[in-house]
Amino acid sequence: MTISNLTEAGFEAQQAAEGQETAGRVEGRTQWQLTWRRLRGDKVSVIALAVIVIMVILAIAAPAFAAITGHGVNTSYPNTGENAYGNPVGPGVNGFFLGTDSTGRDVFVRILYGARISLFVGVVSTAIATVLGVVIGLMAGYFGGFIDTVLARLTDAVLAFPYVILAIALAVVFGPSLTVIMVMVTFFSWAGIARIVRGQTLSIKEKEYIEAARSLGAGPFRIMFLDILPNLLAPVLVIATLLIPNAIVFEATLSFLGLGIQPPTPSWGNMLADASNSYQVAWWYLAFPALFLLITTLAFNLLGDGIRDAMDPRTERLLAARRMRKQRAKARKNATQSGVGPGQAIPDTVNG
Amino acid sequence: MAQTELNVPRGSAPDDDSILVRVENVVKHFPVKAGGFISHTVGHVHAVDDVSLVIERGKTLGLVGETGSGKSTLARCVAGLIPVTSGRVLFNGTDITKLSRGQMRPLRREVQMIFQDPYSSLNPRRRVGSIISEPFAIHKTATGAERKRQVQELMERVGLNPEHYNRFPAEFSGGQRQRIGVARALALRPKLIICDEPVSALDVSIQAQVLNLLSDLQQEYGLSYLFIAHDLEVVRHVSDKVAVMYLGRIGEAAPAEDLYDKPRHPYTVALLSAAPAADPDTAAARQRVILVGDVPSPIDPPAGCRFHPRCPKAQEVCSKVEPALVPDNARPQSQDDAGQRAAETSQSATAVPGGWAHVTACHFPVVPGESLAAAGAAKGDVA
Repeated sequence: MTISNLTEAGFEAQQAAEGQETAGRVEGRTQWQLTWRRLRGDKVSVIALAVIVIMVILAIAAPAFAAITGHGVNTSYPNTGENAYGNPVGPGVNGFFLGTDSTGRDVFVRILYGARISLFVGVVSTAIATVLGVVIGLMAGYFGGFIDTVLARLTDAVLAFPYVILAIALAVVFGPSLTVIMVMVTFFSWAGIARIVRGQTLSIKEKEYIEAARSLGAGPFRIMFLDILPNLLAPVLVIATLLIPNAIVFEATLSFLGLGIQPPTPSWGNMLADASNSYQVAWWYLAFPALFLLITTLAFNLLGDGIRDAMDPRTERLLAARRMRKQRAKARKNATQSGVGPGQAIPDTVNG
Repeated sequence: MAQTELNVPRGSAPDDDSILVRVENVVKHFPVKAGGFISHTVGHVHAVDDVSLVIERGKTLGLVGETGSGKSTLARCVAGLIPVTSGRVLFNGTDITKLSRGQMRPLRREVQMIFQDPYSSLNPRRRVGSIISEPFAIHKTATGAERKRQVQELMERVGLNPEHYNRFPAEFSGGQRQRIGVARALALRPKLIICDEPVSALDVSIQAQVLNLLSDLQQEYGLSYLFIAHDLEVVRHVSDKVAVMYLGRIGEAAPAEDLYDKPRHPYTVALLSAAPAADPDTAAARQRVILVGDVPSPIDPPAGCRFHPRCPKAQEVCSKVEPALVPDNARPQSQDDAGQRAAETSQSATAVPGGWAHVTACHFPVVPGESLAAAGAAKGDVA
């Protein structure tokens, strides 16, 4: 190698070329912009996101719907809500959009109020669990040693716990309430995130840019939250999205068992429990809360999968390949329509 | 064994103003753990073993050696990034090995690093402006518009377009990324920059640009460099003095031209003969010294001279007595008996003259004109 032979002029030219190469380019996109672009291109994710948005709007607007229908959430309507035999009325009868339950209350209004509980528990518990899991995972991974041993074992212990049994025990001891549910959901959700964050932190902290930050004099918390955290937000976001439906189902399970939200406050879980006694005469009472639960959890799961795919750079190629296939199919279709036979499209084919 | 101080200008006192960094008998051992649940130490990796050297103000000390010779570990000890097992690192007369993190903070401004891989040394999730202004943020030296102005000034100084302030590292080429790394290292106006193989991940034309930038900056700001590389030509180009490391020890050190023209240690000779030559005639004419075997395990380094299992000139004494790092004139040139030699070298080690001496840790240094290939052929282990 001959460094001295490289003249100053050559150096300048090289530098100019280097500058030009970037000068003409468009302003670069951040990872989030790219992810959002890919997510928008995925129909399933868009639908899932729309469903979640609609569900949130319905939950927020629950009192408005109660006012429109004129049906209170915990009010029985023995005259309009029950038929001559004292049984609940079906969907669409007497202004009950989704029918009534065994005591003549409006199922639709109760489902919307139930959505408030479900989404609140799902989103808030997951948010708290995510913060907790990220902090614990970062500390365990970054500091290592004794701190890691303690925190990682604690994480494993929580993951290994039979959570339904503990939940039942806690509900019995403290009495069922929204707070107890949220504490339990949070308690059983953070460990999964902590484990993933710890693993990622272990690999990221060996990168040279972390050493660079240390050599600049950055403290451990600055490194953890400003240098490491931005690099693992992507997997954390995916897991958090996938944890929300788990939290919703967990709340429904506890309420179904009578250990969660107590009647008359509606929740999807206790509505299902109530419906299990009367579904033979009122299928709608069982079907609609179950359907809302299913649609909501499915939407969150599909969105989580969508985000995961959108963050994977390989997806871009898959999407491009799909677009190309579609274009080719279209071209072929156009070719057949314009009178060219499928056989004739390939010149080599000997055709009669 | 007592190591000599390298590259000490002739007649200079230990606290001479011209010396920025003095590394004294630094040892760094990494414990090797075994056992799952209850782990215990089964041995130590002798990454750096009793190394002493000095770095002068405004000068460049090159450090060469193959992978695993302890160059990067030594650099991290000097930068204060990892604690030393024993020994002292004096920066401007202050021993940094004894300082707490808080006491170390002001010194962080003085010593900065440039890393090998421009792809992994920049956080991919942060914008260039934020990366270069990180030192200002940590040391709270400038804020707001003033910080941005300084960052853009730095970007311009290292040959980057200041307009690219808001871009991500992924939008730059390898050479540009390394310039970002240089700008970050330069931000606090340090006295010493440790360059850990700063150009080995770049292609040749870009290497030259970055090296030229580094030498311009050295002249402009009076920087000192500890320059690590395994490309011998790069080291020759940038260094005032060069030290050769092998298995955690310094085998030979000398002013750059002296080392390349008259290598004394057989390992240095082999290393130089392994570097490719651009001229085919030169390449055909020279004698290659091909070492056999691999570098021994640093967990259990060989006794005596660490190079003796692979050395074409090795004799019995080499496996028993560790050679001291001494200047040429302190060692008799005649090939007399080993015992006397060992006695002489250990004696002379305590009385090493300073100055820009050419020091070698070898019982049988190569004399100019001597063919190592021939010596090896006689032993039958050199091709």
